[in-house]
Amino acid sequence: MAKIVGGLTTSHVPAIGSAIAKGMQQEPYWKPFFDGFPPVRAWLDDIKPDIAVVFYNDHGLNFFLDKMPTFAVGAAPEYRNADEGWGIPTLPPFKGDPELSWHIINHLVDREFDVTTCQEMLVDHAFTLPLKLFWPQDDCPVHTVPICINTVQFPLPSARRCYALGKAVGEAIASWNSDKKVVVLGTGGLSHQLDGERAGFINKPFDLKFMDSLIDDPQWATQFSIHELVEKTGTQGVELLMWLATRAAVPGAVRKVHTNYHIPISNTAAGMMALEAQD
Amino acid sequence: MNQTIPGTILFDGVQARKGYALNKMCFSFNSADARDEFRRDEAAYIRKYGLNEEQAAAVRDRDVLGLLAAGGNVYYLAKFAGILGLDVQDLGAAQTGMSKEAFKSRLIAQNKQPSTLPAAATGG
Repeated sequence: MAKIVGGLTTSHVPAIGSAIAKGMQQEPYWKPFFDGFPPVRAWLDDIKPDIAVVFYNDHGLNFFLDKMPTFAVGAAPEYRNADEGWGIPTLPPFKGDPELSWHIINHLVDREFDVTTCQEMLVDHAFTLPLKLFWPQDDCPVHTVPICINTVQFPLPSARRCYALGKAVGEAIASWNSDKKVVVLGTGGLSHQLDGERAGFINKPFDLKFMDSLIDDPQWATQFSIHELVEKTGTQGVELLMWLATRAAVPGAVRKVHTNYHIPISNTAAGMMALEAQD
Repeated sequence: MNQTIPGTILFDGVQARKGYALNKMCFSFNSADARDEFRRDEAAYIRKYGLNEEQAAAVRDRDVLGLLAAGGNVYYLAKFAGILGLDVQDLGAAQTGMSKEAFKSRLIAQNKQPSTLPAAATGG
């Protein structure tokens, strides 16, 4: 059976793409953010996962308001990045893994998650930049399965529901008849708000508590409603749903490989965690 | 529930219906050709997407809070901001009535927040 090696989470601010393209990683503004990644890359070099299952949220590249799935699972042989309208460089396509995609889709629907399946799916910065951060080499060595959770249009799925989704995805991976090593990745957050008079909102103590909770009390954040999460973390801080699904997909206890937290990158409190599965 | 968080509009079904044309126009800005077409004749492009007067005025005036009130969603509006060469600190400054420098300083000042939640807020 396939093995889940651990979970990775990171923020996915578009400006990261420009910073990488311009080689600004060691400039004072960016260094505290980018310096979080080398220890995780060393761990990944050691563990060598074959596939990354990526929970992320689309920002209006693949999905518009004409059709807005709550949960969408990619089932394509490759995933293309494209122009998002503000000029960050487009990254080369990422390899898919349709066999695992369909195994996950079949398992999720069997578990009464009525997902949208996507045999074509453009992937935006929320998918591409985290992969680039963890695997900076030109040719991304892992195959990928994107799972998109709607954070654009309310009502959003609850934290409890996203946790259950993650758990079901983890069960699907663990029951896949394959010798592949799979890492689960969740992108977004942490606290930030781009829109309204409350723009610039950040909640450091909540972010740090949330990060701690993912290590040994992973269901902690499921006590909050979406409305409470927006109140506590901002309209875009609610992207922490991706982190929650990721942690839920990794069964049992985890070991903290490395974490990082830095305020601000762009308007965002940027967080990063790497957790190794212990079971 | 839409107004219960101060300074925040949740993009719910009411906003999604109200803002459909505006957001559809902004979604089109994923295409460089569409961005060029908008730049060549803004008024014609706004008419093509059927924006109402409130939306058209907010686009003309670069009025970020007006765009949100007219049903704009920040993820799509960000593509309009890209045409104008504005980043999210510019948008933040515009919405809070601060200078960009002051807005950026306020972001950095968030580091002074405590690292732990008050005991009562940590929940179960």
